[in-house]
Amino acid sequence: MSVIQANNLTLSYGKKPVFSNLDLLIPEGKITVFIGSNGCGKSTLLRSLARLLKPQEGSIVLDGSDIAKLSSKEVARRLAILPQGPIAPEGLSVQQLVKQGRYPYQSFLQQWSLEDEKMVKKALEVTRMDELSNRSVDSLSGGQRQRAWIAMTLAQNTATILLDEPTTYLDMTHQIEILDLLFDLNEQENRTIVMVLHDINLACRYAHHIVAVKDGDIYAQGEPEMIVNDHFIREVFDMECQVTADPIFGTPLCIPYGKGRKPIRKRIVNY
Amino acid sequence: MNTLLTTRSQKIAGLLLGLIVFVAGILCSIAFGVTDISWYTIVKSYTAFNGSQEHLIIRTARVPRALIAGIAGASLAVAGSLMQGITRNPLASPSLFGINAGAAFFIVVGSAFFGAGSLATFAALGFIGAAFTALLVYVLGSMGSDGLTPLKVTLAGAAMTAFFSSLSLGVLLTGGQTFDQVLYWFVGSVAGRDMGIFTTAAPYMGIALIGAWVLARHMNLLSLGEDVATGLGQKTIYVKLAAAIIIVLLAGGSVSIAGPIAFVGIIIPHLTRYLVGIDYRWVIPYCAVLGGILLLAADIGSRYISFPKEVPVGVMTAIIGVPFFVYIARRGGTQDE
Repeated sequence: MSVIQANNLTLSYGKKPVFSNLDLLIPEGKITVFIGSNGCGKSTLLRSLARLLKPQEGSIVLDGSDIAKLSSKEVARRLAILPQGPIAPEGLSVQQLVKQGRYPYQSFLQQWSLEDEKMVKKALEVTRMDELSNRSVDSLSGGQRQRAWIAMTLAQNTATILLDEPTTYLDMTHQIEILDLLFDLNEQENRTIVMVLHDINLACRYAHHIVAVKDGDIYAQGEPEMIVNDHFIREVFDMECQVTADPIFGTPLCIPYGKGRKPIRKRIVNY
Repeated sequence: MNTLLTTRSQKIAGLLLGLIVFVAGILCSIAFGVTDISWYTIVKSYTAFNGSQEHLIIRTARVPRALIAGIAGASLAVAGSLMQGITRNPLASPSLFGINAGAAFFIVVGSAFFGAGSLATFAALGFIGAAFTALLVYVLGSMGSDGLTPLKVTLAGAAMTAFFSSLSLGVLLTGGQTFDQVLYWFVGSVAGRDMGIFTTAAPYMGIALIGAWVLARHMNLLSLGEDVATGLGQKTIYVKLAAAIIIVLLAGGSVSIAGPIAFVGIIIPHLTRYLVGIDYRWVIPYCAVLGGILLLAADIGSRYISFPKEVPVGVMTAIIGVPFFVYIARRGGTQDE
């Protein structure tokens, strides 16, 4: 059974239609990555799955029920979304931020429970933010800050987590750190992860399922090994390249053609 | 976290201390002035009213004045903190967002063309004007596909301030009548209001203050941004709407009973964040108490600055407020802790 399903979805941004009559299945318990060139609508699609964008037509079905018919808090107990580049107000501590993840479980009468406390503690531990929990979010480095936000979505304790470009603006070390964390969450806790990534090579390495978006439609989807090749990259990104196997992981590795230095002494062995 | 009060018990103690100072401020406001009145007489004026000059001053002038200063200060500060939260603009306040100017415009028009003259009529006109302007700024700031954004609402507020101020001055200049009462109201003052004005406005403002505190938890989440709040299951449109209604009741209420008093809505929320941080569940009650204290203190001070003449309290808050405003604007630009 699939957790999230889009049926006959038509989305538009302002007056401009982005997708029309789109159907999509997100495989449960897997990592799914949306890829595509800038402005192709992959973020729009992700946002609509998390009801941040209302579809013009069609519906998003979550565990068998239409997302528009569920209460927003009910949705938030099953599905978390981390938008792109969120900004914490100045002076907000990591602990205070992560506590906000418990909002969908609270009401006027039930403001803070033991369960809330436990979930916040666990989220801080999993993201290794427990020692930084009293620091203010704006004083953290980019990677730590992103971990703090992910901790907030973990405190939400949902089976599915959606992330819009969680690695943008991070250096390579921290990109890997974030993706490893999400990988572990999928492996160890069997959470469904859906995210938008820019780096096609990292997408191929971490994703079980790739959804390639082009011209307001899904160009192709499936296991990276099955769908990513020279032709695929040319069509989706409008770029000439050679796709080879990653020497360590064996996943598809895209080497773009273009200009560049051609050194005389080539090093063939490991660097 | 560089706040002065960190633990829960410190914050509660601070709030209790504030409440004591607030009550003391009310009592001092009743007792001190051109004629000082003894504590004994104050009590007597209520327990054994004898119609004497002193008792009359207490019951018809001093007590309403103290109560109006207290609730107007509290309301302005809470309104300011909500506005700063919703617009994500640290300098947002009722005076900067056109609410004062709109209220003033309605009063000017009312007295120039419809013969409004009493302070009670001014209060009603001021409230309608404040609500109308707030609605206008809200609608203008929400136009376009991306909805209500901090920048658009700030621009709309600035535009409305300029628009209504110019219109008010135009009417005042061409009206050709004397506008003593209007001018007096214009600078902001809590003197000369009777108990009726207070008892009319106070229930609305009281409910709005409680409403602000109930809303605090939702404001905390909204401060993380529209998308994050929606993702966590908040109906952000309702929270914003509730905040807007509360702001209108608080800012409109205080502008109608005390005139356009500036700077309380800026100074106090910033002072409060310095004391207790950014959690609205603490910010709201602290703002209410400290805002009341500031306006009470400014009003008491205004009686002595050119004794025995009184200076309108709006002038006092401006004198205190301008240096503070510059300080915040500078601090904001240099990435403070």
